[in-house]
Amino acid sequence: MDYNILIGGAAGQGVETLSSVFEKMLKRNGYKIFSIRDYMSRIRGGHNFAQIRFADRDLCSHTEDLDGIIALNNETIDYHIDRLKPDGFLVCDLSVRYEDDRIIKLPLMNTARNIGNIRVSGSVALGAVMGLLGLSLDDAGEIYNQFFRPDIADINTTAVLEGSKFVQTRYDLHALEEEENILINGNQAVALGALAAGCKFYSAYPMTPSTSIMDYLASKMNDAEIVVEQAEDEIAAINMAIGASYAGVRAMTGTSGGGFSLMVEGLGLAGMLEVPLVIAEVQRPGPVTGFPTRTEQGDLKFIISASQGEFPRMVIALRTPEDAFYQTVRAFNIADKYQIPVILVSDQFLADSVTTVKPFDFDEVRHDRYISREVDERPYKRYKITPSGISPRVIPGKIPGVTVMVDSDEHDEYGYITESAEVRTNMVDKRMRKIELLKQELQEPWFVGEEDCEVLMLAWGSTWGPVAEAVSILNTEGDKKYGALVFGDVWPLPTGLLLNKCKKAKRIVNVEQNATGQLASLVAETTGILCDFSVLKYDGRPMSPRYITEKVRGMK
Amino acid sequence: MCDMKFVTSETAWCPGCGNFNILEALRMALERLNKKPHEVLIVGGIGQAAKTPQYINANGFCGLHGRALPAAVAAKIANKDLTVIVNTGDGDSYGEGGNHFIHNVRRNVDITHFVHDNQIYGLTKGQASPTTGVGHVTSVQTAGTINEPLNPVLLAIALGAGFVARAFSGDKEHLASIMVEAIQYKGYALVDIFQPCVTFNRINTFQWYNSRVYKLDDSYDPTDRIKAMEKAMEWGDRIPIGVIYREEKPAYCDKIGFLKEGPPLVDMQVDMDKIKGYMKDFI
Ligand SMILES: Cc1ncc(C[n+]2csc(CCOP(=O)(O)OP(=O)(O)O)c2C)c(N)n1
Ligand SMILES: [Mg+2]
Repeated sequence: MDYNILIGGAAGQGVETLSSVFEKMLKRNGYKIFSIRDYMSRIRGGHNFAQIRFADRDLCSHTEDLDGIIALNNETIDYHIDRLKPDGFLVCDLSVRYEDDRIIKLPLMNTARNIGNIRVSGSVALGAVMGLLGLSLDDAGEIYNQFFRPDIADINTTAVLEGSKFVQTRYDLHALEEEENILINGNQAVALGALAAGCKFYSAYPMTPSTSIMDYLASKMNDAEIVVEQAEDEIAAINMAIGASYAGVRAMTGTSGGGFSLMVEGLGLAGMLEVPLVIAEVQRPGPVTGFPTRTEQGDLKFIISASQGEFPRMVIALRTPEDAFYQTVRAFNIADKYQIPVILVSDQFLADSVTTVKPFDFDEVRHDRYISREVDERPYKRYKITPSGISPRVIPGKIPGVTVMVDSDEHDEYGYITESAEVRTNMVDKRMRKIELLKQELQEPWFVGEEDCEVLMLAWGSTWGPVAEAVSILNTEGDKKYGALVFGDVWPLPTGLLLNKCKKAKRIVNVEQNATGQLASLVAETTGILCDFSVLKYDGRPMSPRYITEKVRGMK
Repeated sequence: MCDMKFVTSETAWCPGCGNFNILEALRMALERLNKKPHEVLIVGGIGQAAKTPQYINANGFCGLHGRALPAAVAAKIANKDLTVIVNTGDGDSYGEGGNHFIHNVRRNVDITHFVHDNQIYGLTKGQASPTTGVGHVTSVQTAGTINEPLNPVLLAIALGAGFVARAFSGDKEHLASIMVEAIQYKGYALVDIFQPCVTFNRINTFQWYNSRVYKLDDSYDPTDRIKAMEKAMEWGDRIPIGVIYREEKPAYCDKIGFLKEGPPLVDMQVDMDKIKGYMKDFI
């Protein structure tokens, strides 16, 4: 079983909350969820929707065909009825004039009015859908109370129960044994990962689709004792994070491409000062303002090369909420170990997609700080030349008689400005040596599909789910063997598995949510391997498994 | 570096530069306050003034042009035990870093901001800065600067800064005493320091300042904001130096319970059980 329900309406009609309530109800009934958010860059009007897919097994992607629609306005019908399956249903208000056998018109507005607030009409519709599905509403009251104050929660609970009475059960789904799962999106997983990593300082400037990282952290500010500061701009945000990190706390900033553009000089500062720093870059389509609320993977080459000059950095693309959590923790450890900036790359698709995942394993979480509590040599050399390139790091103020000097100018081992050609060469070599060590702990990309595949797809980050599902669909068709490598670590690029798989594959296909095939070009630059075919998408909407399978089948 | 004294070292400044007295006054102020080098963090941006952290034995952070304040306030938030002082230029503070100046007045983190105001861009060889006077001819403003100068003291008071002072590097003793007061002030403290640039500013010379500045005495009440704004606007033949405005107000770290009550952020432990418990938000 595998169902896909769309909830659509205008901005301000509560699509987001209704969708979250629905997801929680499904989860309480034991189902696994993958849902996406599609919203416009406006506060009222327009058309927003969520697509909630649920099944009795783990899901890693959204799909296109719909089993049901809740239409809170007419546009929802206009835009989406084409995707409704022949046996699907559409729940809307009696007043809607659209005619179609699949439409179930109910007195949503009137019922809401009788309950005392027309804003609960969506809950009436949701109740009807739960009724059609045959699922229990036992937890409705408790779930609504997570979102609303008690009186509003009460009328919504009444509404959802009223709604369920309007319909006969059609699907007869049962509650399954509820596994111990959490329901989380990519940004929340990054934020929880940062808290788990012991991040104590987060400075950022609001920018969709990254803002919900800051929102979640801010909600925990006092309880978790983390300072969350809304900076005056992204330049301040990154320089604040660097200042806090220099002073010894784990610090992070987050933004989208536009803000990251402003942060670029600060990125170089972290590289030059060798101050650990974690940055989350949640991509949206650019350039400039682009598509503010939509998705793209257009920033890869920018992120791996941003800033003047050369210095080591690490770039990790996030693939799932689970990956987002563990990689965020890892990013802090790597940033501390190598004293470098680590950039986590996500996008709107991952940021806002809600998935059921196993509770995160906090026993896996380690805090490796690599901070020296004593110095073996005085005066202290902050930039001591070492074989690994990593210099022992001391926190300012912590050792009497020891001071820590850092400078964005080229500097000597003590941190003092230098003009010496020799010192310059030694310092560049020292910094760049760190990347050689880092390369030894890169993680190979995830592989999915037939081990000895003839068609090998290459992808990175959030397209993991759609690609994995596409590979499994193609493999059931049996004409060829398909596989995919989906990169998490993208810079430095791990090449072991890539070289190995490419040797055997007859066709190599890059699958990317951008117009120029940036991963393909990085692979070519690093290994000389050229892709034979590209599956690209840059309309701001996430690619579905079907989009990929159709393109790959059509490949010459 | 490591030592127990704020010894100052050789510099890249021109002979006769106003920065020397500022450096010396800073050393005097820190010693008078009985600070130890490892307890003090000096932050600069980029410029000639911004090299100050390099020349005094303390923790030092020379960051980006214009970005000294964000790094400094965050370092203070991370470790409230550090005495954090920004020493940087007028271009750095009011030009490239103007936005941070505005918003860090509002933030009111307990740091001290010493602006070496030579009314010129020194390191880049003499272009107009935000405080350069109208008519001042430079290699870029070849017909004389046409833009009105910014009045940082007036601006800071208008923005709500709680400690605003002006000083002159030609009067080291007076400067050091103002520095002591500024460092002791609990909150963001701005001291705009006239610093003659002997190479690129031939107008606002030592002589120019010396013949104009006068010290505010006990008859001046720095707690009246309107009077302070009037005082801040005095410019021309007579320019006041001293504490122009002073008001006690809660600093950033006092407005956040756990920062105020707890140990410095850098010493706080992570309560993993508590954070694990946040997974309940997602069921
Ligand atoms: C982003 C950036 N832009 C420009 C510069 C070049 N620059 C360095 S210092 C400076 C101005 C310095 O003036 P000020 O802050 O008044 O310091 P002074 O040298 O006068 O002490 C400029 C424009 C730079 N380093 N970084
Ligand atoms: Mg200057």
